Amino acid sequence: MDIDNLVRMANRIGEFFAAMPDAQEAQAGIAGHLQRFWEPRMRREIVAHVERGGAGLSEIVRQAIASNRDRLLPAQTR
Amino acid sequence: MQATELRRPTDADPERWVPYGHGDTDYGTPARAGTALTLTIDEREVTVPSGTSVMRAAIEAGIAVPKLCATDSLEAFGSCRLCLVEIEGRKGYPASCTTPVEAGMKVRTRSARLDKLRRGVMELYLSDHPLDESGLPTADSAFRDLAQSLGVKQVRYGRGTAHLAEAKDESNPYFAYDPAKCIVCYRCVRACEDIQGTYALTVSGRGFAARIAAGQGEPFMTSECVSCGACVASCPTGSLLEKSVIAHGRPERTTVTTCAYCGVGCSFKVETKGEGPSPRVIRMVPYRYGRANEGHACVKGRFAWGYATHKDRVTQPMIRDRISEPWREVSWDEAIAFAAGRLRAIQARHGRDAIGGITSSRCTNEETYLVQKLVRAAFGNNNVDTCARVCHSPTGYGLKQTLGESAGTQEFRSVEKADVIMLIGANPTEGHPVFASRLKRRLRRGARLIVIDPRRIELVDAPHVKADFHLQLRPGSNVAVLNSLAHVIVTEGRLDERFVAERCEDRAFAQWRDFVAGAENSPEAMQPCTGVPASLVRGAARLYATGVDGRRNAAIYYGLGVTEHAQGSTAVMGIANLAMATGNVGREGVGVNPLRGQNNVQGSCDMGSFPHELPGYRHVSDATVRGMFESAWGVALSPEPGLRIPNMFEAALDGSFRGLYCQGEDLLQSDPNTQHVAAALAAMDCVIVQDIFMNETAKCAHVFLPGASFLEKDGTFTNAERRVSRVRKVMEPLSGYADWEVTQRLANTLGYPMRYAHPREIMAEIAALTPTFAGVTYEKLDRLGSLQWPCNDAAPEGTPTMHVDSFVRGKGRFFITRYVPSDEKSTRRYPLLLTTGRVLTQYNVGAQTRRTENVRWQHEDVLEIHPHDAEARGIAEGDWAGVESRAGRTVLRARVTDRVAAGVVYTTFHFPESGANVITTDSSDWATNCPEYKVTAVQVSKVAQPSAWQRRYRRFSAEQESLFEHRRHADEAAAK
Repeated sequence: MDIDNLVRMANRIGEFFAAMPDAQEAQAGIAGHLQRFWEPRMRREIVAHVERGGAGLSEIVRQAIASNRDRLLPAQTR
Repeated sequence: MQATELRRPTDADPERWVPYGHGDTDYGTPARAGTALTLTIDEREVTVPSGTSVMRAAIEAGIAVPKLCATDSLEAFGSCRLCLVEIEGRKGYPASCTTPVEAGMKVRTRSARLDKLRRGVMELYLSDHPLDESGLPTADSAFRDLAQSLGVKQVRYGRGTAHLAEAKDESNPYFAYDPAKCIVCYRCVRACEDIQGTYALTVSGRGFAARIAAGQGEPFMTSECVSCGACVASCPTGSLLEKSVIAHGRPERTTVTTCAYCGVGCSFKVETKGEGPSPRVIRMVPYRYGRANEGHACVKGRFAWGYATHKDRVTQPMIRDRISEPWREVSWDEAIAFAAGRLRAIQARHGRDAIGGITSSRCTNEETYLVQKLVRAAFGNNNVDTCARVCHSPTGYGLKQTLGESAGTQEFRSVEKADVIMLIGANPTEGHPVFASRLKRRLRRGARLIVIDPRRIELVDAPHVKADFHLQLRPGSNVAVLNSLAHVIVTEGRLDERFVAERCEDRAFAQWRDFVAGAENSPEAMQPCTGVPASLVRGAARLYATGVDGRRNAAIYYGLGVTEHAQGSTAVMGIANLAMATGNVGREGVGVNPLRGQNNVQGSCDMGSFPHELPGYRHVSDATVRGMFESAWGVALSPEPGLRIPNMFEAALDGSFRGLYCQGEDLLQSDPNTQHVAAALAAMDCVIVQDIFMNETAKCAHVFLPGASFLEKDGTFTNAERRVSRVRKVMEPLSGYADWEVTQRLANTLGYPMRYAHPREIMAEIAALTPTFAGVTYEKLDRLGSLQWPCNDAAPEGTPTMHVDSFVRGKGRFFITRYVPSDEKSTRRYPLLLTTGRVLTQYNVGAQTRRTENVRWQHEDVLEIHPHDAEARGIAEGDWAGVESRAGRTVLRARVTDRVAAGVVYTTFHFPESGANVITTDSSDWATNCPEYKVTAVQVSKVAQPSAWQRRYRRFSAEQESLFEHRRHADEAAAK
């Protein structure tokens, strides 16, 4: 998968949830959205990208992914 | 007494529903709701609602009244003088159509005197009408039947010549107008005005010289006539008649079915002639008991069905190893075995998740259900998606989040109770014409209209319809406008506080209220990004929230102009926020109404076509739901969401997705960034296309499985109102199999058994596994005509209005919808914004309509450009204009018009060679990946020749057509 495209998509998701006044809720929203709508190989790649530093990702998205790593990785590769 | 209840044909014969002439009684004047009155007609006591005409009362009691100008789809007109009756205590012979009933009235419809008067009137008509040797009208029509039944033996007057010599108007490809047969009853004129709302027809001249005129006395074809066929359906004499009836004679059998074009889902009678497996379709006539359309139609559904038997139909399965090879025609067994073998080989080598499928939003519910079942159960993954991905997936997401269900809240008829209508990013006149007619009728009767659209769509200023507000926003600024509307409603205290307190979540509402009240969301602050004067936004917000004179039913209707954006889902949530904030959900006349694109796009979503949802919009991670499907299907199901269409393309390009089963969907033409899609298809090892035509995607395919048209199979479609309607087989599939049978064979060959004998068995399985469909059966559909889901024990006859006492999710949830400008914005290099849409006579990728006479109205996609932008580039009307975005470049003919604002250009995507989607980009909705078709930054310049892409396209297309033309039969191939 094109990582630049995944980063762009994740940032757009972040922009929606970042508007929430409760930062915890916003991060949970981002992670929940990725978990519910992104296919495992997309999630694996974005998690790996965060582990490499997460270049290009907005801070809230990077944090949301980093702090929900286990939840985002599909069962078989955990 | 409720009199508007439609009478339903009840003695259904599942094979040939509604025999010809049955259920077709025309009651002469519209039904009325009122208090019950009893009168006597021909010595019989009859009870009807007050306001009913004497004519209708008589016909409802089974007493035939002769009539020509009266029909129950139009208000009484009283011109033909044939429906005269005698009423005790009244002088003369009043027309029964224009006389309302009164309690105790004594009416006689038959007497020697009445018979004589009626014969006299008929004689006058016949004196100026073409007659056969027996003295009857030549055309087989209601007029001829009446002349015969009245027993007019001779015409005592001189033969009139006023009309007989006039030339026929045969300019319209589908119907002819023969003035000689016209009795000037005005039914066609009234139908054009009152039913269609186009006002194309008038009567010119007076007395004997009177005749029907289209436009300014032009041929029908060059007038503003939109060829909806309402005039033809209303003509009692055959003066206006379908050319197919003129050519082939009157039809013999009728089957009621559902249109396969747009999401309005009109009900039609297919009228056929001839026995055997392939009777000839003579015409399609809108069915008066169809609740979506109530007897109306448009040029596509009514007339553009010739594609179904077009010579381009592919009816033999074909395979090839590589797309550079000629196709080989093979048996069904061989094609299916080849496809199954390839798919299993890919999985063996690249993993279970390396293949997927696309369900068709043009096929039936039963067929889409089966394809997603095939993917989940036989492929063993959730890589299934559908065309809704690229149209209304944000509707599914946004309405589920806020209201709790992924569908519109009303039935179409609800608009008749709306006082204010807000239309956002939709052009119903062209995209949903039959609903547009209903909408216009409501607007003519007093509802107010707000249009939010970058283009001046027809409804902004139509005959007898004017929008109170047109917010002509810049493409991509929907959310900014919605937030400004909300800002005005909140800061001016126009909320429905009580509704919100009772029905919505407190905390989310309070957060939303604080957010929209912020100064940054005021219309004044947003004006620089939206381009809409703040005063207009304020006026529109007040009208929407407070209504007119205490009548405050406000309904929002929206289309792809809302969803196909980077913030499509945000905009849908913004719309739901507005409706909840003003208490406009949960009753008739209000609501949130997506106008859905394809005939069964609602149904395909309902049936679990999305990669994250099982049928009934239940997430695949829900173990309870999954367990239910696992035990019914006898397999373990993946709990992980699968790939969406754009993700499949991305995965194909990185080599991890290599096989696709695509039913009834032309990805290569309809999806954005054509060159990217083509590269993705080229990277796959096995592309299986199931379609009625060799479409664009099939040019990149390895297996072609012939599809069946909607006339060739049984099933159901679900329209934009959640209305499930039957599709009934009229002829045998040209290829031998309906689409569901092909999917079933593929499943069986893959080793996953499917044993359905009829689509009704598939529906029974859907009902057993999906709570919102629990009460849907074919028997009930035959009995009631259609059902709006949810249909279950709580609502055995379906649910016209949703969220009545509480929201499906419990309490409604407001979401903060911050405006985020799209990445697609005008720059020095790409200074204009391209937006896309459709035209009335063409449909989607055009595969159907391009193969009909509809090309006489539109035979190419054109680029609409504002006069200022055109002049600055030296472009004149009809010039070739090059359109370039960061994704690609194409060339279209320019149409210079101020329908688009300066800075905006517009085109359609009905013709593959135009390459509208060569220009559109991979920018997509954040939540659903729905492509941002509605905003692409472009530059336009005057050019002299097609683009490089177009030249490549022509070459590739010609090669593929040749590989198809030179396809080899299996035996020939074997011999070589």
